[in-house]
Amino acid sequence: MPVPIKSTLGMLGDNLRKRKSALPLRRRAVTGWTHGLNIPRGGETVLYTGQMWQMVPAIDAMSRQLAKYEGRSSARLFSVARSMNKVLNLTPFLARTSARERAAFDERLRNIAKLLAAAQVPFGYLYEDDLYAGGLAHDEGLDDAFRVQAQRVADALRRHGVRRVITVDPHTTNMLRSVYPTVVPGFDVQVKSYLEVLAERRLRATTKLGETATFHDSCVYARYEGVLEEPRSLLKEGGVTVLEPEMSGKLTFCCGGPLESLFPGKSAEIAKRRVGQLSAVSKRVVTACPLCLANLKRVAPADVTIQDVSDYLVKAYCPAPVPT
Amino acid sequence: MKVDTEFLSALKLGGEFDARLCINCGTCTALCPLGVELMPRRLFRYALLGHREGVLGEAETIFSCLLCRLCEANCPAGIHIAENVRTLRTVVNRDVYGLAEA
Repeated sequence: MPVPIKSTLGMLGDNLRKRKSALPLRRRAVTGWTHGLNIPRGGETVLYTGQMWQMVPAIDAMSRQLAKYEGRSSARLFSVARSMNKVLNLTPFLARTSARERAAFDERLRNIAKLLAAAQVPFGYLYEDDLYAGGLAHDEGLDDAFRVQAQRVADALRRHGVRRVITVDPHTTNMLRSVYPTVVPGFDVQVKSYLEVLAERRLRATTKLGETATFHDSCVYARYEGVLEEPRSLLKEGGVTVLEPEMSGKLTFCCGGPLESLFPGKSAEIAKRRVGQLSAVSKRVVTACPLCLANLKRVAPADVTIQDVSDYLVKAYCPAPVPT
Repeated sequence: MKVDTEFLSALKLGGEFDARLCINCGTCTALCPLGVELMPRRLFRYALLGHREGVLGEAETIFSCLLCRLCEANCPAGIHIAENVRTLRTVVNRDVYGLAEA
């Protein structure tokens, strides 16, 4: 038995309609990662996070909470929680995160900003207008709430005169590049993942890392958006020997992430199977999606290290600051 | 089994629901990370027949799909399985859970 579907999806839809996010975060949690980077506001080309990296610690915490109720008769409790959430944003109470967890995920955004700077790609940021793209609502079939959010995002981009968007995760890439043009009339913003932008620039590594790792393709990058070679070529140029697991590329195996809200138990089972396939090849695993990273890490044994691709790339392409 | 023509119309309006191309080969089920719990063939057949209760009775199955498209990448009929499942979710949200925008 899953967690109560109706109330859980109801809260998601309510949050999106009322608070513009699946899990509404405080403003500082959304934009805090930019501290000290001096990224200009707005511009024709912007780095668009869609709040995905910032949201993952809360998703992780919420998933742990929900797992307690899977298989239990808790429909009434969830119904009450949904009613309360309409008045008071329960996310900070139900999805408590530590500063350390948030900082770890924010660091990946800082990695990406540094990599784009190293590639001499000019970009701005929308700060408080860097809205969640609505992917979860779309995937769960909450089309009305999703369309409202897609229009909000499109309006924000239009208001800032944005022509090109650089995305940082597969889900936001998919929403903006492949779904928005079908639901927002006239949406013609050019959308590329930072991995595609970096690969196009044919960056030369400043440090060859001399490491070996197995690469886990995100289902959305691999099968929805065709982002397959870019992370591999960037890693190889950075001196990483990329090993392929049992299922890879177009035939990659899911991390289980999409089920973490409604079926946390099944989500963990699938993640364990995937970690097994990956770690059979190498104990060092590279991911390219915040949800894959969180879901696989949650079940990985202590001897398996799972890191984001940007963790490797920033070491290979961004010269370390000279001590003064 | 009762054929619900209104349900059929609703599905037709629900986007690119192309399950009629299904040749019932079972590749999707064989490859699914969730195993036999998720059977697109059965769900889609119910939908195509307008078997409302059959579809809505599988609500948990419909929401347990990962939308990972591993089935789709191997479907010999080229069916948009994930989008079809998503369409069924919109129907369940509206008709069972009452989650459509007021």
